[in-house]
Amino acid sequence: MNGFFDIPSDLQHSWAGLIGVHLREALLPVAAGLLLALPLALLCNRFRWLYPPVLGVTTVLYAVPSLAFFVVLIDWTGQTELTVMIPLALYSLVVLVPAIADGVRSVPDETLSAATAMGFGTVRRYLQVQLPIAAPAVIAGLRVATASSISLVSVGALIGNQGALGNLMAAAQKYDRPELAANAVLTTAVLAVVCDAALVALRRVLTPWMPRSGRKRTAAPREELLTKGAAR
Amino acid sequence: MIRIDSVTKRYPDGTVAVDRLSLEIPDRSITVLVGPSGCGKTTTLRMINRMVEPTEGRILLDGEDVQRRPVTALRRGMGYVIQNAGLFQHRTIADNIATVPRMLGWGKQRARERAAELMERVGLDASLAKRYPYQLSGGQQQRVGVARALAADPPVLLMDEPFSAVDPVVRKGLQDELLRIQDELGKTIVFVTHDIDEAIKLGTMVAVLREGGRLAQYAPPAELLSDPADAFVEDFLGADRGIRRLSFFASDALELTTDPVVPADAPAERLTAAGAPYLLVTDADGRPLGWRERGSTGGTERLLPYGRPFRPGTDSLRAALDCAVLSPTGWAVAVDADGRVTGVVSQQTIGEAIRSAHTAAGAHSAPARGEDEKVAG
Repeated sequence: MNGFFDIPSDLQHSWAGLIGVHLREALLPVAAGLLLALPLALLCNRFRWLYPPVLGVTTVLYAVPSLAFFVVLIDWTGQTELTVMIPLALYSLVVLVPAIADGVRSVPDETLSAATAMGFGTVRRYLQVQLPIAAPAVIAGLRVATASSISLVSVGALIGNQGALGNLMAAAQKYDRPELAANAVLTTAVLAVVCDAALVALRRVLTPWMPRSGRKRTAAPREELLTKGAAR
Repeated sequence: MIRIDSVTKRYPDGTVAVDRLSLEIPDRSITVLVGPSGCGKTTTLRMINRMVEPTEGRILLDGEDVQRRPVTALRRGMGYVIQNAGLFQHRTIADNIATVPRMLGWGKQRARERAAELMERVGLDASLAKRYPYQLSGGQQQRVGVARALAADPPVLLMDEPFSAVDPVVRKGLQDELLRIQDELGKTIVFVTHDIDEAIKLGTMVAVLREGGRLAQYAPPAELLSDPADAFVEDFLGADRGIRRLSFFASDALELTTDPVVPADAPAERLTAAGAPYLLVTDADGRPLGWRERGSTGGTERLLPYGRPFRPGTDSLRAALDCAVLSPTGWAVAVDADGRVTGVVSQQTIGEAIRSAHTAAGAHSAPARGEDEKVAG
């Protein structure tokens, strides 16, 4: 374990510092993706014909390798964290848009009719009725997007030390110190588990209205998307 | 008053949901729209609060076209109850009920007090206020739905098959509760159902709609039963409308006799005296024990069951007839509020009462038009 936490100085961060950078680079894109996905999903539900093409576009974006994004973006945003985060935000859409859209769509018709009949407008109904009821599905989507994002940040090492914990792997090769690679892998895994647990706790807090055992009345995102996201 | 003025709803694909429908919905009473699925009853209801816009015609609320009212204000002035309640599963019962008051800008405290008041009114225990919908039974959820609709005290209540998804026993309870609440509050209620029995039980006026959204008949329930406008309405009413119509005739004019009623401790000669073939034996308080066949002997355990008694004044002729039909002797037992026998009445006497009630109601004793058509076909 000698030198396990002994981070080479050219990375310009301590171990804890790398964790901070890693979380920032992983979570900000998910947050941005969520902000983008919320109105997109609303539009997809309002105009049904929009849903298939939007899903198609997010899937194509997901299929673009991050390296290709870097090549394009580097002219605009340079060798910065932003260059890493933009593709990650776009990737998160492939999980978040269907998670929100399907979750919102699973709200029972009677509930929607009742809301409309009580004088809820479209936006108020979306924010106060549909989204809260879709919260479990949205959080399930966030869990996949977050885990995926945390693992993907490492590729930032390709554009000059923007990979946070991924940089440790580059350093492991450069200095022939395999323990640094083990550190990178283990720390990334722990971060993913901790963030996931935090999201599960958040769901508990947000949904006191859910039956504790069995969740037949709430929506889960489509199974294939969960597997698609997790496989990356 | 709500006036539906030759309203048509035609969808872009050419389907006509409602076809030149005109109805005057009286204030402070329950008007039921009933008909088979696809008759446009829900569409009609939803045009009143503009969840569906008519293609032609107009709907007037107190003389003003609903199209000219801002849609949110219009809806907040009309309570809406839907099948399966449509509660907000993410909000507590109290918050569900307080939804419209809160949107109207009431303070938290006032809205909460109002919710508590309504829970009591619809027969929900106060301890349920902090619960979530999934913790309530279907019947309780529906009560919350009614309370939520009443929350801002709207003059109009729109009810869309509110009791269809609960079991018959709970449904009967909810119907009775609605009638009781209506007695207290006197709302203008428009009630949609596919269940003709529910329509007849609840409606002051009943509009029967047929497929394609056309009005078949608009009448008070008793008139519907006695005078169906055509074969469709008659079919829709079902086979035993004659019997069901008796629900609208009071039983207090029935001539009761106490001749065959004897207390269990009466002297033996009274038990064997000539007269009716059966005697109704009562206990010391005058409550019925059972029928004794004339000439038979033995204790009260040998008595024939007396069936279900009826209460003159409260129960209808239908209930009285039912008692007589169920009784092994053909005699119905009448009791007062405390269950004491006030007399007995034979099927024959009930039959005479039915005939005179029909005459008094001006009912047509000839077969209705629909029956003729069926015979002809």
